[in-house]
Amino acid sequence: MDPILNIDNLRVEYRNRELGQGVTVALADLSLRVNAGEVFGFLGPNGAGKTTTIQVLLGFVQPTRGSAQLFGVDVREPTARQRLGYLPELTYYYKFLSAEELLRFYARLFRLARGEAERRIDAILKLVELESARRRPIKTYSKGMQQRVGLAQALINNPDLLILDEPTSGLDPLGRMKVREIIDRLRGEGKTVFFSSHELGEVETACDRVAILHQGQLKVVGPVAALVREHQASLEQVFLRMIGYPPTPTPA
Amino acid sequence: MNAVWPIATVVVKELYRRKDFYVLFVLTALITLLMGSVTFFHDDRIARYLKELCLLLIWVSTLVIAITATARQLPAEREQRTILPLLAKPVSRGEVVVGKFLGCWLACGVALVVFYLFFGVVSATREHAWPLTNYFQALWLQWCMLAIVVAMSLAGSLVFAAPSSNATIVFLVASAILLVGRHLNTVALTLPEPAQTLVYALYFALPHLELFDLRDLLVHDWAPIAWWAWAAATLYALAYTWVFLLVAWLSFRRRPLV
Repeated sequence: MDPILNIDNLRVEYRNRELGQGVTVALADLSLRVNAGEVFGFLGPNGAGKTTTIQVLLGFVQPTRGSAQLFGVDVREPTARQRLGYLPELTYYYKFLSAEELLRFYARLFRLARGEAERRIDAILKLVELESARRRPIKTYSKGMQQRVGLAQALINNPDLLILDEPTSGLDPLGRMKVREIIDRLRGEGKTVFFSSHELGEVETACDRVAILHQGQLKVVGPVAALVREHQASLEQVFLRMIGYPPTPTPA
Repeated sequence: MNAVWPIATVVVKELYRRKDFYVLFVLTALITLLMGSVTFFHDDRIARYLKELCLLLIWVSTLVIAITATARQLPAEREQRTILPLLAKPVSRGEVVVGKFLGCWLACGVALVVFYLFFGVVSATREHAWPLTNYFQALWLQWCMLAIVVAMSLAGSLVFAAPSSNATIVFLVASAILLVGRHLNTVALTLPEPAQTLVYALYFALPHLELFDLRDLLVHDWAPIAWWAWAAATLYALAYTWVFLLVAWLSFRRRPLV
């Protein structure tokens, strides 16, 4: 089976401009495959390289070496994102537009037919419970409402692959519940979900497979149940071991 | 290039929902209306002078609108990170650059039409004449000039760090070209080498924005310019706009967004 998301020997280096020379390795030869229908958790402490990986997949950052494909198309091609939904960690939307206008704009970028776009806008606004506020400018929304706009825009094209960057980190309880509902629903529809998170309990219940990243390197990848069984520990304990915690005491 | 039009419409919506845009817009329209309708001693020369002032005001206002609106487009997208969900869609960076250009240029066009309508109506009520061809040529070529300025501001917004510095520099460059651009070749003649070659090179490299200035046609009721000259000026604007958009795209296409 061809993977939906394929990363081969991906390396991302940043020049340290402040220091004048030297490079920081954000990702060190990462290889990863995610198959159709999987809910895949991408774990790691802050600075591990999770967001950098997602940024490469979305074409925001150019890799120093290696390649990445979505649906078999190089991520540098805009068409690789035709069947993709993306929810960023924080809300970044045009605040002078209403939720309805924003979704209509994104639907046009996906070249959805007008009738289909309107049907999807109605359904998604109902799903994220923003129907009553659909014509108000986003700048008048509460933070929780703005985050639900984020969820709505990620689903506008009925994506086959949903990339979520720490989807529940800044959400209110309703938003968190909606994210869980959406992940379950997409799983039921055979869609693929790739998400980075710090909420290990959530990952353990939601994911089929996980990968743990630390300092830009892939430490482990596999089914959640197999990892827990193999290490005789909870996912949280497996995670802590993989990132070297507690640190091994150095001999005096 | 399917994403260009939706991006342009969002740019137009943003500009027409901003309060600062309306302040300049209403102010210019009001001053044009007032100055154009004033009559001093029924003297034709004073009336012509006022017409000239009105048109100068329209030129300055549209330049300010074009530069300030365009200069903040891409920096604001990056600063507010709205560029992230936008480029997570099947949209290329080239489409973003062209969409932003088109949106700003269309918004300038709408402002220009409104200003010329005010000016035309006021002039027509006094002179009982409506030289449509003159108006069309003057408006069209000013809009073409704004295309170059908008593309220049867009390219500048990727070169200069702050939108304010970009806006100031583009405004100074555009004003300098309008004021002294046509005299650079004569200045070059008076200079020793290598300054002469340098100034000549500058003369031929700069977009001559002053070529698009047909205000005298409206002020003095002169005959319209030849259509071949009008078409040549349009092509000239197209070429420079394309060059500046290319510079913007080359600068933007591999730039990290975060």
